[in-house]
Amino acid sequence: MTVTDQAPAGRHVGRPLRRKEDPRLLAGRARYIDDITLPGTLWAAFVRSPEAHARILSVDKSAALERAGVHAVFVGEDLADLAGPLPLAWVPPGVEVNNPEHWPLARGAVKHVGDPVAVVIGEDRYAVVDAAADVVVDYEPLPAVTDPELALKGAPFVHEQFATNETHRWSLGGGDLDAGFAEADVVVERRVVNHRTAGAPMEPRGVLADYRAGTLTLWSSTQVPHFLRLFLAILLGMSEERVRVIAPEVGGGFGSKLQVYGEEVLAAWASRKLGQPVKWIETRSENLAVTHQGRDQIDYVKIGAKRDGTLTALHVQIIADLGAYNMLLTPAIPALGAFVMSGVYRIPAVQTDIVGVFTNKCPTDAIRGAGRPEATHLIEVTMDQLAHELGMDRLELRRRNFIPKDQFPAEVAFGIVYDSGDYEKTLEKLLEHVDLDAFRREQEELRARGVYRGIGFSTYTEICGLAPTRAVGPQGFGNQAGFWESAMVRVHNTGAVTAYTGASPHGQGHETTFAQIVADRLGVDPEVVEIVHGDTATGPEGRNTYGSRSLAVGGEALARCAVKIADKARAIVAHKLEAAPEDIELVDDRFVVRGSPDRGMTLAEVAGAAYLNEVPEGMEPGLETTTFWDPDNFVFPFGAHACIVDVDPETGKVTVQRYVAVDDCGHAINPLVIDGQVHGGIAHAIGQALYEQVQYDDRGQLVTGTFVNYGLPTASELPSFETDRTETPSPVNSLGVKGIGEAGTIAASPAVTNAVIDALRPLGVDYVNMPLSPMRIWDAIQGANREGGSQS
Amino acid sequence: MIPAEFDYTAPETLQEAISALAEGGEDAKLLAGGHSLLPLMKLRLAAPSLLVDIRRVAGLHGVERQNGDWRIGALTTHATLARSAQLGVVATVASTIADPQVRNRGTIGGSLAHGDAAADLPAAMLVCEAEVTLQGPGGQRSVAAADLFKDYLTTAVAPDEVLTEVRVPALDGWGHGHQKFNRRSEDWAMVGVCVVVKSNGGTCEDVRVGLTNMGPVPLRATAVEEALRGRDLTAESIAAAAEHAADGTNPPAELNATADYKRHLARVMTRRAIQQAVGG
Repeated sequence: MTVTDQAPAGRHVGRPLRRKEDPRLLAGRARYIDDITLPGTLWAAFVRSPEAHARILSVDKSAALERAGVHAVFVGEDLADLAGPLPLAWVPPGVEVNNPEHWPLARGAVKHVGDPVAVVIGEDRYAVVDAAADVVVDYEPLPAVTDPELALKGAPFVHEQFATNETHRWSLGGGDLDAGFAEADVVVERRVVNHRTAGAPMEPRGVLADYRAGTLTLWSSTQVPHFLRLFLAILLGMSEERVRVIAPEVGGGFGSKLQVYGEEVLAAWASRKLGQPVKWIETRSENLAVTHQGRDQIDYVKIGAKRDGTLTALHVQIIADLGAYNMLLTPAIPALGAFVMSGVYRIPAVQTDIVGVFTNKCPTDAIRGAGRPEATHLIEVTMDQLAHELGMDRLELRRRNFIPKDQFPAEVAFGIVYDSGDYEKTLEKLLEHVDLDAFRREQEELRARGVYRGIGFSTYTEICGLAPTRAVGPQGFGNQAGFWESAMVRVHNTGAVTAYTGASPHGQGHETTFAQIVADRLGVDPEVVEIVHGDTATGPEGRNTYGSRSLAVGGEALARCAVKIADKARAIVAHKLEAAPEDIELVDDRFVVRGSPDRGMTLAEVAGAAYLNEVPEGMEPGLETTTFWDPDNFVFPFGAHACIVDVDPETGKVTVQRYVAVDDCGHAINPLVIDGQVHGGIAHAIGQALYEQVQYDDRGQLVTGTFVNYGLPTASELPSFETDRTETPSPVNSLGVKGIGEAGTIAASPAVTNAVIDALRPLGVDYVNMPLSPMRIWDAIQGANREGGSQS
Repeated sequence: MIPAEFDYTAPETLQEAISALAEGGEDAKLLAGGHSLLPLMKLRLAAPSLLVDIRRVAGLHGVERQNGDWRIGALTTHATLARSAQLGVVATVASTIADPQVRNRGTIGGSLAHGDAAADLPAAMLVCEAEVTLQGPGGQRSVAAADLFKDYLTTAVAPDEVLTEVRVPALDGWGHGHQKFNRRSEDWAMVGVCVVVKSNGGTCEDVRVGLTNMGPVPLRATAVEEALRGRDLTAESIAAAAEHAADGTNPPAELNATADYKRHLARVMTRRAIQQAVGG
């Protein structure tokens, strides 16, 4: 891989440092939640609904309670002292959201397969599972609905009290849509299905709650320990300082652990009730059935353009299947897509209209990309469809409509301001890796041999670095929180550094990248900078990790915090060396007097002085400070991806031959970590495009309850990714950085889909929806054969 | 993913294992590699009261030639089979089973006794016209592969019998082909086809075609065999014969494949497997 346009690197920032986390992870020395044991721990096992929709007529606990070692069996009504149901944190101003009560254990009725009805708590991890099987629940089955378009038409209702399955309507738009379509020479409409997926982290969820002497300590495999602490305190009626939440090593989240789950609340409640620690480790079957899922939209897309390709208007109607309940951010997720509905293009009028729908399925919420993969997918596949309709080259159409680099910061039709971008540059770099002329020759030759090869592109931007509180907080988008981030830097006596971040990583590599940022600002080696995270009892209040925010918000907070320490260090050096503070500069590992490089002090020497109170008059001793930082804007990473696939026309099977990604996430802190994030992100999206799909039958039974049927791809299915970068700094933060954790996922599914359609066009197939399973493609080919060219 | 409670024994001899099975009654199950049984237990689709683990029983491993046959011990793993190129189609098929972890633990005896029509080895046994040796309280008997698979997950192996050995006739001079269609490399076959062909100067002297996952049991595609036997092996004759691959089959529809699609796949995979077998 080559890096161009590289920003002036620091001593450590910009270097492909190997991850500090990896030795313990690779050697099996990391401590996950299932590795933590407390004396006297009781185990929990849940009794879950086999019905998609049913009234609970009775629950017979007796046989379970008779089992040896079983301490208690609880049902929903036993939790009457909870202060409230599980939270929905999105309260959009002026928008009504139907929000049914959602309790840790069902009360009176179950709404999807896996809905918890009871919990068995006992001494033995295995025995509680046996006892759970002994709990007899009498259900009165009710009609279930799983198709969101059917659900919108009327009964049966998931929640009778609303007399509708519609949860809410929410719109974002700008510009004159009617004029835009009137002006268009060509209008293309497509029904783009973005099917339901699972987060499927390598480590399922888990919780260990220990309530003793009025204090709750709760370990959870979570992305959001601080949010969890707040809601545990509220729901349990505890004072917040008496609740400590620890996220130990977290083995992946992908958004599925950005949640306040009933199991977490239940474990805490039961530990308080029983006076012993309570632990629950999710099984893979539970993870695939009840951990919140993602996507699940039907998008009606209408795009208009002039004959020369100039875009005039875009209208998107999103039908968002939210499943059975609103969880922490459920109805807000599709709206995040609306924020980037202009893609990388100048479109004078853009309108997104969202309708949320209840169905008898597991709730959806944030899964990697959260609304933006869906938006990018529908934009980018529709751009290809439009190019075909116009008889225009797909890349030429894109280029004609790119927001030019001299127009940044660029306000799009609906008022969002993109911070920076240079879309031509990433596309150009992509084409350095992909020889299109050679590809077309090869494509022709292969077709003659019965192999259908196609190429697809995706030019994308996304919105991340969540987020400026004024934009997404209570007064803006309506989330009931601020979205700043915190940092605390503590320099020890020896010059070693402990830095606390409010971000809460679960595989992203913060301990390495954040150490590089601090090291450069304090003149130390990243090896002696320890990054501490994920514990509400250490460091300041935090807002945790999701929405590709950690670096752009948390990393920036930490950088600013380190600068404050460096400022104090300069004052101390000036004091000790009798120079002016403004004449002290950091050169490599020493704070030196400008012009006299032999006069200076290392951070260790500064710390020694600080702790001996050899500081200027009026200055506090010590070398430690805290920073909170709230950004002025989001950040907008962007890039250009290409995918090359072969389709076997006899079977419909797709094989990814090459995947090339050029991403721009501003200044690169650690290229190795960026590549890792991009690789994982692309794998996630190829998974969705070709293999992964959560499926329910029409009675609401989950039919993808194991990895046999839920087709998570493995290394065998994925190509060796080719990555490259451009670096267009963000003006929003001093680091010039943007997020990269979700970009691969946001970009890749349309590149794959467009490649498959490109391969199939000679066979008369113009369009096909994901998942691009062999049978679906074979069906599309058969349909085209019958009709002499058609849509599927 | 936690199985129901069960008892466990790991006897040293075959006789002890057979006795343990007999005493354990209907709910006793033999444990070999465990890669079919244990997942079923964890999903609580199976709940045996006793597992009789035969891993300590001597003499059940390995591949050796005896007269015209390959004798394969029941505990021989898929990985060992895959490395035994001399086994021809059996080695090729074994190399495609699931993933390396499963191949390193799963055994030929376990796979055949489990009798999953979606598993890869059963159809290979059909085309090789292999025999298995079963030992029970009443002694030893041989069962031809064609008589082994009775119904969905049901074989001729009695609850108190141990499948100890597989005898595969050495098909010296035969060509073989195998096509496994699945979405991910570790998946069970949506449809699998294995073929052995004996050709003489471009003429098909004999051919056997086995189908995986095209019914409740593995099948021989006899209509294909009859259409090709005695004919010149040309692209046209192979394609024409392969059109019969799904004749008389009633494949189970599955999540991402209708019965019609599977019949279509069977025809395509059969053509390709025969072409592969004849070196085309």
